[in-house]
Amino acid sequence: MVPDDRKYTEEHEWVRVEDEDGQQIGTVGVTEFAAGELGDVVFVELPEVGSEYSQKDPAGTIESVKAVADLFLPVSGEVVEINQAVVDNPELVNSDPLEEGWLVKVKLVEPGELDELLDASAYSRLLEG
Amino acid sequence: MSDTTPLKSTPLTAWHREHGARMVPFAGYEMPVQYRGVLAEHETVRNGVGIFDITHMGEIEVAGPDAESWLDHLVTNRVSGAAVGKVVYTAMCRPEGGVLDDMLIYRLQDQQWLVVCNASNHDKIAAWMKDHLPESGVRMDDITDQVALIAVQGPDSRELMGRLGVLADHDETIGGLKFYTAMTLGGPGGRWIVSRTGYTGEHGYEIYLPYGDALAAWEELLTAGSDLGVEPVGLGARDTLRFEVCYCLYGHELEEDITPLEAGIGWAVKLKKDDFIGKEALVAQKEQGVPRKLICLALDDRGIARQGCPVLHGGRRIGAVTSGTFSPTLKKALAMALVEVPVPEADLAVEVRGKPLACHTVPFPFLPARTKGDPKAERNLPV
Repeated sequence: MVPDDRKYTEEHEWVRVEDEDGQQIGTVGVTEFAAGELGDVVFVELPEVGSEYSQKDPAGTIESVKAVADLFLPVSGEVVEINQAVVDNPELVNSDPLEEGWLVKVKLVEPGELDELLDASAYSRLLEG
Repeated sequence: MSDTTPLKSTPLTAWHREHGARMVPFAGYEMPVQYRGVLAEHETVRNGVGIFDITHMGEIEVAGPDAESWLDHLVTNRVSGAAVGKVVYTAMCRPEGGVLDDMLIYRLQDQQWLVVCNASNHDKIAAWMKDHLPESGVRMDDITDQVALIAVQGPDSRELMGRLGVLADHDETIGGLKFYTAMTLGGPGGRWIVSRTGYTGEHGYEIYLPYGDALAAWEELLTAGSDLGVEPVGLGARDTLRFEVCYCLYGHELEEDITPLEAGIGWAVKLKKDDFIGKEALVAQKEQGVPRKLICLALDDRGIARQGCPVLHGGRRIGAVTSGTFSPTLKKALAMALVEVPVPEADLAVEVRGKPLACHTVPFPFLPARTKGDPKAERNLPV
């Protein structure tokens, strides 16, 4: 499932941007494809609230029993919230990567970066190879 | 091996693909790493029964009047004097004492033996044995490409084995098989060897059978055991299962520059035995004391240590993690590590991506095996 309410990266992350009190807040997670490829996620390390990252910076790690994957932020900005539920229950990344399994919320500093990301149809084509 | 070498398949490769397995290259074979998921498959083997395609393992038959003394010279454990049907776990070492491979040796008949080595070391071991083969008295026959291997593992494995048609006439014998013993019987396509062995720490069996018999046996196990919840298990869970009970894995705890004494399998080294390859070096190491030792660690800080992560004591590197993962049964991050002796009792850390994570030593093994005695005995979770 590739919902069209968000943008995607070639590294299989998604970002959904919402306007909150005039601020552009992007919620970031990994796609169903990424979750499936990783296998059972057993550990998630997320950045600290308040830390700032540039686009494509590694900002955390997602680990399954066998594999480690970096979390790259699709957009530059300041981390304003992390999903503590995922830290406590990493399996949320597998069971609901697109909603309950979101990872971090970022206050965008360069909204223009969104134009460089894939839309749902482009990401679907990427998956179809 | 070059990237262009085609991967070998087993008689079950097509089945794995058709049933949604994720296939990976492993030791020159295309093998299933997982079907439903590592955690679910792991739990199935701990609590029920799972079946594994481990056909990639190497099988070399050794026969002849001098086979017994020759094998005894090649390996660290004592195989001479073993009763027919006995299985022996052993290392095969270099003269310097480092481990070439760890393996099982079956005494099939008085003068007939089966050496079962790791897939990743098969070519090396076959060559090593051939190099050391005497001019007469011993014959060596590499049957790896004719023999399929299915492991049936878990507390319900005994029940499932009893339902396999080929074994129907042997039910009592199989029920009487003790840990590390084997029996031979005639199957539709030729010889089957059934042993009470495995790599999971649970009650279990391994079935060596002709390639042509493998698919029917595999499907029969799944059908006959459906009410037991049997399912196929991939190499991913095979690794987490062996890790929890601290079985060594070549390329991790065992290497050519690690001796069996360092790796904690000194019980499979018989230093009082007549001369064998590596004996002198191992006797010397035993006398001087091992310079390094395999230890078990539990992480206190959040994170997962993986192979190669440095182990630190007061900031100084004293060794490295050989295997580390999140234990599905104990639900925590654990690691085995090879470190300098004496092992410090406190102030230990593992360095993960540049960050030291506090950890402490825990008794070996993380999880006690249930290979002997009651397969469903209550587990005392120790860590």
